Amino acid sequence: MYKCEYIARTLSSAIDGALKKIDPDVIALLCAAEKEERNPRAKWALGQILENARIAESGDCYPCQDTGIAMLFVRAGADATFDGDLGKALAEGVRGGYREARKSIVTHPLRRVNTGDNAPPVIWYDIVPGSGLDVYFLAKGAGSENMGGVRMLTPSKGREGIITAVTDIMRAAGANPCPPVLLGVGIGGTMDKACVLSKQALLRRAGEPSSDPDNAALERDILASVNATDIGVQGLGGAHTALACAVETYPTHIGMLPVAVTIQCHSARHAHIVFEDERG
Amino acid sequence: MATEITNDSDLTLLKAGDEILFSGAAYTARDAAHKRFIEAADAGLPLPVDMRNAAIYYAGPTPARAGEIIGSCGPTTSARMDDYTPRLLDMGLKIMIGKGKRSDAVTEAIRRNKAVYLIAVGGAAALIKSRIVACEEVAYPDLGCEAVRRLVFDKLPLLVAIDTRGACILR
Repeated sequence: MYKCEYIARTLSSAIDGALKKIDPDVIALLCAAEKEERNPRAKWALGQILENARIAESGDCYPCQDTGIAMLFVRAGADATFDGDLGKALAEGVRGGYREARKSIVTHPLRRVNTGDNAPPVIWYDIVPGSGLDVYFLAKGAGSENMGGVRMLTPSKGREGIITAVTDIMRAAGANPCPPVLLGVGIGGTMDKACVLSKQALLRRAGEPSSDPDNAALERDILASVNATDIGVQGLGGAHTALACAVETYPTHIGMLPVAVTIQCHSARHAHIVFEDERG
Repeated sequence: MATEITNDSDLTLLKAGDEILFSGAAYTARDAAHKRFIEAADAGLPLPVDMRNAAIYYAGPTPARAGEIIGSCGPTTSARMDDYTPRLLDMGLKIMIGKGKRSDAVTEAIRRNKAVYLIAVGGAAALIKSRIVACEEVAYPDLGCEAVRRLVFDKLPLLVAIDTRGACILR
């Protein structure tokens, strides 16, 4: 039996740590971009992004003030049991993890009163065989999340239509989502499924290609197309609008080709927590 | 080579693309504070800060830790303020600091009022925090991180994104 107090405490600590640290894989991609970049303004901005990461790490402080809305992707074994309410434990974990961070959540999208504790998170549950429990945490800032999009293409648009749709979404986003960005692309399912896939694509290691060769080739072609836009770092031009692209796919209807894009800013902060059963 | 500017500098000397270091005061204001500014103006009430020659920084920091004056404090997306900005420029706002593109209406109001739009690097919140030497809450404390604060910067690295002639460097 999983102990809810342990889940909340462990999640809090993981979130607190994740919010103060940019994904090291993304830092490696940023370093490579800074070496390659020829546009002097873009190079100036990349230099500041890397210096910022160093200051945040040495000062144990937040690299970005937008510590985001908390997204949790939960994989719970069908045989897992809990000594309380899992949803409440996860929300409590989020509250604890954001104790020192910025509180960015409002109760109602129109009434807009701050909840004061950065809860509730957005949670997606997957029920899987077995009795395991693991959670991916993604801090999603508004600047990049606001610029994502979904297109319900017709099947005839095919691969080229997908590349065009993603490139158009990024072109419209321009400097707003804090490029260089990571692109999560969800293809297939339904409109909502494609959106969730585009988030799950960002849970893969940054820069790691899909295990499906067709998807991996599509990732390369989308990345090349987006980097040909000359939006560049912070909209200043140059070759580095996106650092990586990850594609996830799912079966879909004979009459549909949904494509969703989630844009993740360069300040990529996330965590993966595997919980231990019976631990208190 | 970066040009050093203050609140009193002649902004017409700046050109889009210039690298600058800003030392001076700016008020933080985001979506909610802008909405209240405009509601006050519509009601004929004074704004809590004088817009004449003012600088606004689009930012909402993380909470300050004990012994620190402010938390991490990078720029937010300026475009969300675009609906409100021309009114404030016409009231005398001179310097805006943020990130990302502005609307045509904002660019035109910048040109009309000989103001400038400067960009900080989005996500460089810890670096920017290190350049803040004073912070004082001046309005709307109920807005939490969105409250209006008067910040004083020492050598904040910025680029001129839109100059007083309306020229813009952003893609």
